[in-house]
Amino acid sequence: MYKLTGVTKDYPKNRGTVAALRGVDAVIEDGDWLAIQGPTGHGKSTLLQIVGGLDRPTAGIVDFRGQDLAQLRETQLTRVRASFIGFVFQTFNLIPTLSAQENVETALVPLGIGAAERRAGAGRALEDVGLADGAAHLPSELSGGQQQRVALARALVKEPKVLLADEPTGNLDEDTRDEIMVLLEKSWRERGLTMIVVTHDSTVARRAQRIGVMKHGRLTVK
Amino acid sequence: MFLTYLRRELRRRMRQATFISLGLALGIGLVITVTAASSGVKDAQTTVLHALYGTGTDITVTKSPTAGSGAPGAFGFRGQAGTGSAPAAGTTINIDTLRALGLGTISSSSVTKVSGLSGVAAAAGGLTLTDTKITGTVSASSSGGGFGGTGGGGAGGSLTPTSFSVDGVDIGTGELGPLSTGKLTSGRTFTSADSSSDVAVVDSNYATQNKLSVGSTVTIAKASFKVIGIVSEPSDENNSDVYIPLARAQALASMKNDVNTIYVSATSAANVNTVSKEISAAVPSATVTNSSDLANEVTGSLSSTSSLANNLGKWLAVAVLVAAFLLASLLTMSAVSRRVREFGTLKALGWRSRRITLQVLGESVVVGIIGGAAGVLLGLAGAGIVDAIAPPLSASVGTTTGSATPGGARQFGAGGGAGGTGGAGGGGFRQATANATHTVAVHLTAPVTVSAILLAVALAIAGGLIAGSFGGWRAARLRPATALAKVT
Repeated sequence: MYKLTGVTKDYPKNRGTVAALRGVDAVIEDGDWLAIQGPTGHGKSTLLQIVGGLDRPTAGIVDFRGQDLAQLRETQLTRVRASFIGFVFQTFNLIPTLSAQENVETALVPLGIGAAERRAGAGRALEDVGLADGAAHLPSELSGGQQQRVALARALVKEPKVLLADEPTGNLDEDTRDEIMVLLEKSWRERGLTMIVVTHDSTVARRAQRIGVMKHGRLTVK
Repeated sequence: MFLTYLRRELRRRMRQATFISLGLALGIGLVITVTAASSGVKDAQTTVLHALYGTGTDITVTKSPTAGSGAPGAFGFRGQAGTGSAPAAGTTINIDTLRALGLGTISSSSVTKVSGLSGVAAAAGGLTLTDTKITGTVSASSSGGGFGGTGGGGAGGSLTPTSFSVDGVDIGTGELGPLSTGKLTSGRTFTSADSSSDVAVVDSNYATQNKLSVGSTVTIAKASFKVIGIVSEPSDENNSDVYIPLARAQALASMKNDVNTIYVSATSAANVNTVSKEISAAVPSATVTNSSDLANEVTGSLSSTSSLANNLGKWLAVAVLVAAFLLASLLTMSAVSRRVREFGTLKALGWRSRRITLQVLGESVVVGIIGGAAGVLLGLAGAGIVDAIAPPLSASVGTTTGSATPGGARQFGAGGGAGGTGGAGGGGFRQATANATHTVAVHLTAPVTVSAILLAVALAIAGGLIAGSFGGWRAARLRPATALAKVT
């Protein structure tokens, strides 16, 4: 699924640069669940953004399904994100003016799916995460756990190949964290997803097949 | 999704959207009001020019009077030139003369010459005259002087001077000249059979003041004219009181084969300036005036209002509109800044930059359209207020400007001559007419045209597009990683 070769990422800072990734090499197979841990500021989220096509590396190859994401044009990257990659964020990132149902539908809009089909798909996705009753609610009317369920439904509704989660339980209490992890694990198992989860939480990381540690921009996969 | 998202977002930013809409509405309302007022001023100018000029007349030809050419006869007794000898006390005075005041004479042959020029559709001669009556008895105490005009001292006593204006109308070309703006309210107008008859058409105001009606008699230069029609003119202050056939006017004013105004109609509006030049060449000593010359000479509150509408009003509207556009753009960009995470998320979900730009653009255009609708209402209200509270405007064309304005001797200052106890009588009318101005009162309206409303809608959409373009451009430039990194 993914083959990362010498991936580096430098950010400009003042008059110099800061290296966020320093030659990351990794292979992530189809259906892998990789948890990435590490101290804050050592490149975990940067790596996630690069494998998600949200950012480009300064150097190196990010081979995804046979194409180098680093070389794709913006429109091609957008298409890759729309079709193959689902994202879950720590802060849920729901659109505040749209209902839970409509938030889930936003993931289907770039695929050109008709309104009726979108509604049906979003309904099913919400049902899968146990939030069928909350479909009409705005995010502000939902708890943190419910909002993360909506975000998960939004990530999964388009049936992606990859699910990238950046601290998906970072803003949740332990009980809710466990509920979300159960859902993530279930999705991974049932859908055959490739899943990369960045987390500080060792309880979360321990559920993964493999654990990688990012330190000073280098990834070590155990 | 587009409309749902748009509606919800505008509802969330209701206060800001209202603020932007009101800014645009204010600018657009001002544009409509100023456009309507300008249009009203233009209409008023047209009314004034028609009143001064006559509908259908493109050019008038006049001559300034030459020095000392006041008119023959002036105010001698018994209709003769003054001799300077004093009338005896108890003498009954009954003077009734018809004279051309303030305009020089032009030979009738010039009318023929002008009508033969290329680009001239028709030309008509006219005589603008004043009938002056002085009646009464000379008292003993005032018998030492002469009377006005050509000499002598003043004549006192119970003498009553009255005057009214008389236009000699070329009956053969009724569509041109002083009668062309009038509306017949009763009776009939002249026919070709009337060319040498003692018949008159009377202005409705003069008729009311003097209790004249169709069939009444009006005396001009001691000749009785039968009133055959009453006309109403669009303006009150610049009309002649009585219209008579040109031939009769020429005979009574001893101006056979002379006119003092030539009314010219050009074959097309585009020819007016060329024809004006041709006439100047054909009648060298004449003053040729066309509508644009006349418009430039219009002074008074109409002229001030025109300047106000064209200068201050226009620039004020532009300034407010630009400010509204800037405000809308800044607020839209600020709103985009607050939605960085939202747009970053949508990009992460695979939304293309173009779609996000369209979303922002759509929101701005809707705000612009709402502002435009409110602006149209404000503009209509503004135009209504102009209609309701605008004071009557006056426009003046002065003979002191150098051109002999058509109908130049229609309005008079204080008549000279008839008062006082001896001496100081002469020259009064001449002086008064030399300084006379022709004033027309018009009511300013502010008509809102469909084109003004369409302009407003276009401006509103443009405002929305400009604001949305800035916002959309900013949203499109967001890199999803940067947008998400700012908040996660």
